[in-house]
Amino acid sequence: MLISYNWLKEYVNVEISPSELADKITKSGIEVEMVESLNKGISGVVVGYVQECIQHPNADKLRVCKVDIGQGEVSQIVCGAPNVAEGQKVAVAVPGAVLPGNFKIKKAKLRGEESLGMICSLQELGVDTKLVPKEYSSGIFVMPSDAEPGSDALEYLNLNDHVLELGLTPNRADCLNVLGVAYEVAAILEQDVKLPDTTIATSEEKAEDFISVSIESLEDNPYYGAMIIRDVKIGPSPLWMQNRLMASGIRPINNIVDITNYVLLEYGQPLHAFDYNRLGSKEIVVRRAAEGEKIQTLDDQDRSLKDTHLVITNGKEPIAVAGVMGGATSEVQNDTTNVLLEAAYFASSRVRAASKDLGLRSEASSRYEKGIDRNRVYAAAKRAAGLMAELAGGKVAEGIVEAGKREVNTYSVKMDVSRMNNLLGTTISSEQTSAILDRLGFSYKELDGIFDVVVPTRRPDITIEADLIEEVGRIYGYDRIPTTYLLSEARPGGLTVSQAKRREIRKYLEGAGLYQAVTYALTTPEKSTHFSYTEDAVYPISVAHPMSEERSTLRMSLLPQLLEVLQYNQNRSMEDLAVYEMGSVFINRQEVLNDLPEEYVFVSGAVTGVFNEHLWQGERKAVDFYVLKGILEGLMSELNLSERITYESGEIENMHPGRTAVVKLDGIPVGLVGQLHPALQKELDLKDTYVFELNATSLIDAETEQMVYQTLPRYPSITRDIALVVDQDLPAGDLFTVIQAAGGELLKEVNLFDLYQGEKMEEGKKSLAFSLKYFDPERTLTDEEVVTAHNRVLKSLEEHFGAQLRK
Amino acid sequence: MKDRLEALKVEAIEKINQSHDLKDLQAVKVAYLGKKGPITEVLKGMGKLSAEERPVIGAYANEVRDSIQLELDKKQTELENAAITEKLAKETIDVSLPGRPVKQGNAHPLTAVVTEIEDLFLSMGFTIAEGPEVETDYYNFEALNLPKGHPARDMQDSFFITEDILLRTQTSPVQARTMEKHEGQGPVKIISPGKVYRRDNDDATHSHQFMQIEGLVVDQNVRLSDLKGVLETFAKKMFGEDRKIRLRPSFFPFTEPSVEMDISCFKCSGKGCSICKQTGWIEILGAGMVHPNVLDMAGFDSKKYTGFAFGMGPERIAMLKYGIDDIRHFYANDIRFLKQFKNA
Repeated sequence: MLISYNWLKEYVNVEISPSELADKITKSGIEVEMVESLNKGISGVVVGYVQECIQHPNADKLRVCKVDIGQGEVSQIVCGAPNVAEGQKVAVAVPGAVLPGNFKIKKAKLRGEESLGMICSLQELGVDTKLVPKEYSSGIFVMPSDAEPGSDALEYLNLNDHVLELGLTPNRADCLNVLGVAYEVAAILEQDVKLPDTTIATSEEKAEDFISVSIESLEDNPYYGAMIIRDVKIGPSPLWMQNRLMASGIRPINNIVDITNYVLLEYGQPLHAFDYNRLGSKEIVVRRAAEGEKIQTLDDQDRSLKDTHLVITNGKEPIAVAGVMGGATSEVQNDTTNVLLEAAYFASSRVRAASKDLGLRSEASSRYEKGIDRNRVYAAAKRAAGLMAELAGGKVAEGIVEAGKREVNTYSVKMDVSRMNNLLGTTISSEQTSAILDRLGFSYKELDGIFDVVVPTRRPDITIEADLIEEVGRIYGYDRIPTTYLLSEARPGGLTVSQAKRREIRKYLEGAGLYQAVTYALTTPEKSTHFSYTEDAVYPISVAHPMSEERSTLRMSLLPQLLEVLQYNQNRSMEDLAVYEMGSVFINRQEVLNDLPEEYVFVSGAVTGVFNEHLWQGERKAVDFYVLKGILEGLMSELNLSERITYESGEIENMHPGRTAVVKLDGIPVGLVGQLHPALQKELDLKDTYVFELNATSLIDAETEQMVYQTLPRYPSITRDIALVVDQDLPAGDLFTVIQAAGGELLKEVNLFDLYQGEKMEEGKKSLAFSLKYFDPERTLTDEEVVTAHNRVLKSLEEHFGAQLRK
Repeated sequence: MKDRLEALKVEAIEKINQSHDLKDLQAVKVAYLGKKGPITEVLKGMGKLSAEERPVIGAYANEVRDSIQLELDKKQTELENAAITEKLAKETIDVSLPGRPVKQGNAHPLTAVVTEIEDLFLSMGFTIAEGPEVETDYYNFEALNLPKGHPARDMQDSFFITEDILLRTQTSPVQARTMEKHEGQGPVKIISPGKVYRRDNDDATHSHQFMQIEGLVVDQNVRLSDLKGVLETFAKKMFGEDRKIRLRPSFFPFTEPSVEMDISCFKCSGKGCSICKQTGWIEILGAGMVHPNVLDMAGFDSKKYTGFAFGMGPERIAMLKYGIDDIRHFYANDIRFLKQFKNA
């Protein structure tokens, strides 16, 4: 909402500067987002009188004017505006003047003719083109004839004004008009509000002789009033009114329309002026539109209506969409003489429905939607009718023809001063409370600190005690509320086990060299299903109205987005990348989403390029499967899950079929690790990329045993190495399992220390060398015991795999 | 004989001093003190001496032997030290060469900020509450005093999935769920960090996905002045001990009274600069006293219990704290951006 500082001062005494006022308003509850000076750096612009205006001898499009700029001084000014003419009062920037953008005006010669300054358009004075009245939008602005040559043109054009831009929260619709803001400012500055004069002189004629009004549903339209103003003369509205409209962001059109807009801004009451002669009947009927009923609105658009919309009709057809926009047929035009002025209260739900369906949001509709003051409708009608008489020469017919209830009863809300002080932590007395309620203009009764407050109809946001407490508190001043500390008993805070483990996982991965990424949860429908390793049927979850296809569907894996991160960085010439993300994925197993989907925290990583590098020592190693597997193994050890995790080769869509393992916890899949499928790598233009994805929720929820201290070994261990020859495709993991099982209690550690597959081996064979460590915490092992256990291992290996000792 | 010993001593010491390495020295030792050495020879010839001469010469011979031994030891130490020095000199490396890098990533700046805020509130006795990102209309809106058709719903255009299920637009549903679990019994003292979603076009200041941290305290006798105390502690810890805070009245459907908290600008300390848009104040968060309807709906008796709630945006805080100018940086994950937050 834009509020003109000068206009506001008409209703409330303000003796402080616009910026001081803005500061006080902000502190009391309505944020002033900006204070804008309408003077955008102008000086030296005066009123001029065009005494003579002749064609430029050397230029078709220029005119040479003799302009009286006051005190008998007449300057020759060359002007290019098509509408410049003798007898006009205009704004002249004299030599030495400055226009917006620090544009300095100097004496000049234009095609041989001397020019002492410039005749200005409103745009040249910093007014937004879309606010300039249409007749002046491509030329200079013509001022009223009573403007005094030589005087400050900015005063006439109200360009010394300031505009306060209010950021209104939905509860403060009462400040969507100048009077409402005046009440607020009056409360802040301890001043009174001076209301506009709404007494009007009426003619002999009676409005009821011209029109009748009926309403189909009082729920849709609780009140409708119509006034008749006859014999108006359409013309421009006075400059002061135009200035205020422009300052408020509304373009002046003609006196009648300007008056309805002016009163809208002043009272917050939407009004509509119909051309009475073009109504097509002598009655107004307010009803629901028929489904598919048509109307041409005054923006010349044909609109098709729904039965949730409310229309104003002439008894036969719609002549306006209630509270949204008037119809073209009954629009006020230059030849209009008789006006029907509508002042009504429409239900916000009806206005919202029509405004939303038709895509029409107007100053009127937004006010109806947010709620207007029921009891100000009639006053606003009288105010507008009075202005039409005063400024358009109209005769106001006596009375207002109405249907519904003109005013509603007020209600009251109780407030207990001690409860207020308990809630705010203050010690505000009953006397102070009374004084603040007086400033707010609320009437009340008080008994023993209990206030019974009558809520003015302009403040429908106040319905409960807490609302009143806020009103008193904010005028009292939040800066006067003390700072205290919670009285409640101290309880330990702290992370839950799950929260602590998530932090631990993140720290571990960062320590392992991965950077944390945070990506979007919404992706494309196609990508949302990538990398799924569950067997169950899952259904993608798409939002109903996505902003784009790219961000339409919830992810089931973090990997597609992490791959986008790699792409993004590769496109910027960063080749060696290691990132991870921890975030939610969404799994829906319902064909129709009735219950909330399952949400799991996943942790995933993607690594490409060189992982270990120390160039001057000749080390430069690209990431491979075992780098990522190593990271996962470390992580599992960190989570105390190493013993329960297995890695089994598996085929997963988009993953390299020979270089991918399904990660299992107690035999149940909880993730994957491996290389991206080369086809996908090519499609995404990525180099060799390895990824992992783990269901962190499953890992965190897995019950683990409390760690127990193991006695340090007091007896020596015995180590035996074996080199085995086995079939090339035998997984090393199987050998580990068999060795472990056959070694029994005494075998405490098995390490693979060599893998050889090459020309020295028989075709289809490979050699693996293990180091086995035997030891008993209770005593020194005998050679015999170790030999027995070791032979058992060798025998078992031979039985299972035909493994031979390498010679 | 004595002269002979004296000559041997001089000769031996000279040889010792001429030795260049341990091997030479060993040869000298064997030559003079060995079993076949001249001193042993002298001692063997002692039998030919008179009884008076014998102890005198014997003592003198021992003396000569000892002093040769002493010189030998001295020279040996000297040579050993020289050898070590020489060896170390050969082992010298260029300590100015770069070390072997330890692979180390770091947290995303948003995580860094969230963790910092979490730890701060944990230290004040709060716990962290979490909830689903896909929510029901009830918890996201209705339980928070935002019935269907409420104008304030316009403030946050939502991603609905079905009529009743949506991507949460705030983390406040976690508050509603937490209060419900408490079944009308205080105290509740939580913060709820998490991702939220709104139908916004992504630009320098808007993101359809962003983070929020909300806080909630419900107990008997919770006051607006207590909220001021908690927020002041927060502001000083996050933005510096010199920060002042200012509460301005505002509006949120789930709190009444509602406030917005500004802090005095940390760049210009209130003089006015581009960061605080010349006002001297920076808007940090929204807060207020929990609306009685919200308490009642969650099963708390609003005549007995009061509470406060606050909510803030980690993106905004990170942008202010680190001077980041575009919210999209957080979600583009440019590695050059991420790497800058090693010490965050």
